[in-house]
Amino acid sequence: MLKDITLGQYFPGDTPVHRLDPRTKLILTVVYIAALFTAKGVVSYVLMFAALAGSVWLAKIQLKALFKGLKPVLIIIVLTALLNLFLTDGDPIFQWKFIKITVQGVRTAIFMVIRIVMLIAGTLLLTYTTSPIALTDGLETLMRPLKKIRVPVHELAMMMSIALRFIPALIEETDKIMSAQKARGAEFDTGNLIQKAKAMLPLLVPLFISAFRRADELATAMECRCYHGDEGRTRMKQLVMARRDYIAFAAGAAVLAAVITLAVFGL
Amino acid sequence: MSSAIKTQDLVYFYRGAEGETPQTVLKGINLEIEEGSFVAVLGHNGSGKSTLAKLMNAVLLPEGGSVYAYGMDTADETLMLEIRRQVGMVFQNPDNQIVSNVVEEDVAFAPENLGIPPEEIRKRVDGALKAVGMYEFRKHAPHLLSGGQKQRIAIAGVLAMLPKCIVFDEPTAMLDPQGRSDVLRIIKKINREQGVTVVLITHHMNETIDADRLIVMSDGAVVMDGAPREVFTHVEELDALGLAVPETTQLLYALNQKGFDLPLSAIAVDECADAICGALNQRALSRRTGNAPKSED
Repeated sequence: MLKDITLGQYFPGDTPVHRLDPRTKLILTVVYIAALFTAKGVVSYVLMFAALAGSVWLAKIQLKALFKGLKPVLIIIVLTALLNLFLTDGDPIFQWKFIKITVQGVRTAIFMVIRIVMLIAGTLLLTYTTSPIALTDGLETLMRPLKKIRVPVHELAMMMSIALRFIPALIEETDKIMSAQKARGAEFDTGNLIQKAKAMLPLLVPLFISAFRRADELATAMECRCYHGDEGRTRMKQLVMARRDYIAFAAGAAVLAAVITLAVFGL
Repeated sequence: MSSAIKTQDLVYFYRGAEGETPQTVLKGINLEIEEGSFVAVLGHNGSGKSTLAKLMNAVLLPEGGSVYAYGMDTADETLMLEIRRQVGMVFQNPDNQIVSNVVEEDVAFAPENLGIPPEEIRKRVDGALKAVGMYEFRKHAPHLLSGGQKQRIAIAGVLAMLPKCIVFDEPTAMLDPQGRSDVLRIIKKINREQGVTVVLITHHMNETIDADRLIVMSDGAVVMDGAPREVFTHVEELDALGLAVPETTQLLYALNQKGFDLPLSAIAVDECADAICGALNQRALSRRTGNAPKSED
C-alpha cells in the first residue's frame, strides 16, 4: 500500500524531455503553473492541455504512472470540487432546502478540478523525468545568487537530494515494521481515528530510531568520502544549455503569451 | 617495506553520559599494516574491531597513542581530507552509504568532493564501475538493486577516490550468500590487481582464509596475529573466544582428537579432502600390512 506513493519518484529514460537541462524544466514548470493560473476560458485550457499532453507524449510517461501520482491528492480534488459546487453564489439550477447548486458553481468546480489535476500532472512530469540529483543541481544553480544573502543554498540542495534518496528506503522500512507488528496482532486499519492514531505509535517509534541511525551512518560514510560542504566541490555532470533548451523556452514562452492574450479576451 | 597504517599504543574509549565511567574499547594497540597487503581483522561483537577501523581514517581520533596513515598523523586536522582520500572505507549497510538516486552519480560523489575536473571524474567513475562489474547498471536507481549489488556500488564509490588502502567494516554482514561471495571476490581482486591495501574486518572466519595476515581481536586487544593457516591451528583458543574456525579445520581437529595426525593448516576444501583421503589410504595400507598405528577407534 505504501509503495504506491510515487511523489518525487524518477523514471529513468532517454527522451527529449529527460535530456532537457533541469534548469529549463524548473523554469518551464513555473511558467506552466503561472499560465495555468492565468488561463480563464475553455480555449486556454485546451491549449494548456495540449502543451501538457504533448510533453507527456514526448517524455513517454505512461498515463498509468500519472494517474497513480494523482491518487494521493484525490481527496483534495473532490473536496475542492464539492466546496466550489455548493458554495458559489449565482443563478441556481438546483435548489433543495439549504442546498443550492449554481451555474457558476458547476463552472468553477469543473475548472478547479481541471486546474488542480493539470497542476499536479505538470509537476509530476518534472519529477518523473528529472533525476532528484539533477533537480537539486538545477535548483542549486538557479538559487545560487541567494548565497550572497547567506542562504545556505548548497546545504539545502544536499538535504533535499538525500531526503529524496531515502524516501524509498523509509517506505520499505515502514512496510517491514508494519508487517512485523501485524504478525504480532497489531491492527492498523480498524477502529476510530483515535485508535488508528494510537496504533501508529509502535510504528513511528522504531521508524524514527532507525532514521536517526541511518542519518548517523550516512553522515560518517559521507565524511569518509571526503564530503566537506561545497567548498572546492566540482560536478561530474556540468549543466549546459543546449539547442533543445532554447527551443523548449521558445515553446513555453509562446504558450504563456498565447494564454495571456486569450485571458485578455476572456477565452 | 613501508607501512600503510601504523598504530602506536592506541587507546580509545567512549565517554559515557556524565557520571558514568568511560568504556574502554581499545587497550593499547600496536599494529603495522604493510602496504599492498590483505589483512583480515577478526573478532567478536564488542571486541573493538569496528572502532579500530574508524580510527584508521580519522573518523574517530585516538584518546591515547596515535595512528599514522601513510605517515600522516590522523590527529592532525589539516591532513584529514588527504588521509580520507588515501584510506577509503566501506561499511556494513550498503543502503546507508549511498548518497545519490542514480548509481553513477553516487560513484561520482567522492571525486566531486575532491574537486576533480569533470572529464577526469567521468573516467574514474567508469573505471570504478567496471572494476566492480556494475558498469551496465550505471543509470539504475540503487534502491532497486540487490544488497550485494549495492555493496559493490559502495565499493566503486570508494575506488573512485583512487585510495591506496580500503578498510572494509563487515562488508558482507547484511548480504545473502551470493552477494557475499561476489563482494569478497571483488575485494580480493582489488587487492591483487590494483595493489590496494585491504583491511577486512569481519566475524566470519571463512572470509579470512585468503588473507595474507589475520589479526584476532578480543576485548580491545590483539590476541593473535599471523598467517590465517597458522592462526587457525589454535582451535581451542579460538573456541574460547567464541570464534568458530572454518568447517575444514573443525573436521581435521575432530579427526586428530580421534587419533589421526592431520595438518590443521589444510583449510581449503580441496586440501582438506586430500589430506583426509591420504590419511585414510595410508591407514588402510598399514592395516593390510599388519602394522596399523595404535588408535582408539
